[in-house]
Amino acid sequence: MEINPIILKFVYAAVVVGVVMGLCSYAVLAERKVCSWIQGRVGPNRTTLPLIGSIPVIGKFLTRLGIFQPVADGAKFLFKEDVTPAHVNKFYFIMAPVLSLVPALTTVVVVPFGRYVTEAGEIIPLVLADLDVGLLFLFAISSLGVYGVVLAGWSSNSKFSFLGGIRASAQMISYELAMGISVLPVLMWVNAPGTDGTLSLFDIGQAQEGLWFVMWMPLSFLIFLVCLFAETNRLPFDMAESETELVSGFHTEYSSFKFGLFFVGEYAHMIVGSCVITVLFLGGWNPAPFLTWDYLGFGDGILGAVLSVGTFMGKMCASLFLFIWVRWTLPRFRYDQVMRLGWQYLLPLSIANLIVYIFVIYFLDTTSF
Amino acid sequence: MGMIIKRKPLNILERLYVPEIVRGLSTTFGKIFEKPVTLEYPEQRPTIPEGYRGVPTLVKDPQGREKCVSCQLCEFVCPPKAIRIQPGEIADDSEYAHVEKGPKEFDIDMLRCIYCGMCQEVCPEEAIWLQNQFSMSGYTRKEMVNNKAKLYELGGTLPDQHFKWNKKKEAAENAAEGGHH
Repeated sequence: MEINPIILKFVYAAVVVGVVMGLCSYAVLAERKVCSWIQGRVGPNRTTLPLIGSIPVIGKFLTRLGIFQPVADGAKFLFKEDVTPAHVNKFYFIMAPVLSLVPALTTVVVVPFGRYVTEAGEIIPLVLADLDVGLLFLFAISSLGVYGVVLAGWSSNSKFSFLGGIRASAQMISYELAMGISVLPVLMWVNAPGTDGTLSLFDIGQAQEGLWFVMWMPLSFLIFLVCLFAETNRLPFDMAESETELVSGFHTEYSSFKFGLFFVGEYAHMIVGSCVITVLFLGGWNPAPFLTWDYLGFGDGILGAVLSVGTFMGKMCASLFLFIWVRWTLPRFRYDQVMRLGWQYLLPLSIANLIVYIFVIYFLDTTSF
Repeated sequence: MGMIIKRKPLNILERLYVPEIVRGLSTTFGKIFEKPVTLEYPEQRPTIPEGYRGVPTLVKDPQGREKCVSCQLCEFVCPPKAIRIQPGEIADDSEYAHVEKGPKEFDIDMLRCIYCGMCQEVCPEEAIWLQNQFSMSGYTRKEMVNNKAKLYELGGTLPDQHFKWNKKKEAAENAAEGGHH
């Protein structure tokens, strides 16, 4: 039976979005667990489900690990009272959370998470849409996420929210530049002269069968990572939220499910960011530098696909862990420090980095070994 | 005496920021594997230090007699006026009749109590004690008022050196037989 390819795409999309949403809720759990371990606490360990929780050893173990906590968290967001303050601009107030979640979920479309080698030896990327301009698309759409934040800050009609929104937009502008410039060396290397030019994330992943980019472009990686922290509003740069001074910044006035959307959006951003950094710098679905699943003999068919997706997910989770780990280690920057770091250090550094790699790649490409 | 701490200028590695971040990260990573320092409260209880001032309770002496003679000193001294006592006679058929009085009602409103311990300090009979219990909860205001039965239940028995009741009773019996007091 032939299934309509459009319907198939819908199914794929639903599956991928479902997986990302699931990852989001468990990223929240991981956040809470890791933070409590770092702080010498136990973390969520009470929530349990009637049947699974009563299995002798496993149920207890899973409960202690807080595996069922996301269910409770989600239910809480659904059933809490949804307050819309009287002083807000209702239309934009309701639109803002949607605008912050939708771009985050849209960017998932171009993120490749594995590869499938058919019997004919053809390599099929496991991605919803393998766009030629994948990376550009990703940058373009993920930057739209800040509109949600700005809109939330503005429509809330409160000083805290307003300042949070302003800071978020300033931060986004400052770090987007350095971020874009820091990935240019990677793109220059992937698009060597004489090849078909591509910005597809899948091709970038495939180009790392030898050395991963993090190994010979560590500075690019570092700048990209710092900018990613800033773009996702994670803690050393959480200017949008600024808990310690702005109550909770742009979402001060939000409650219940609208707040939940912001929350999920933030984590979806983090997950997409982790995926991107894995593809760009950490070798994508290749298990180790100079080592691919093909080389090990597991590269073909379903097994190869599963292994590649597994490798990718492993790296992505490690990167997520880094996000959480850094959050519970570093204190916040002050707003002026964030701006200084962005404009006075990261931007010049990324330009210098670009120039150095222009020469390095020029010599590598022109001298044949 | 104040001490002046010299602030050393940051060296190049510290100013680069990244090595110091890595140092911080390794510290927190080590913490992940350490044992939690928290107690899992309802199951694990903290050890209460000696002399702790918890919920005020009424105690009985080792022979099972209530020590309180309803002198009402605690009621007068109580700063938030949490204690209400109705003095009463001890029933004639009781073994300790006519010796002293006893409280008919003894209420401590735990919504008012500030755990200051003045009642314990002022009590001439060592009958009211702030013991180890530190958490009280209830669904209504009424539930939060400890009545006499509840206070004795919470208080239990504490060791006693005086056994004042026995001496009193002895004295009373001597007096009744016409002897001297």
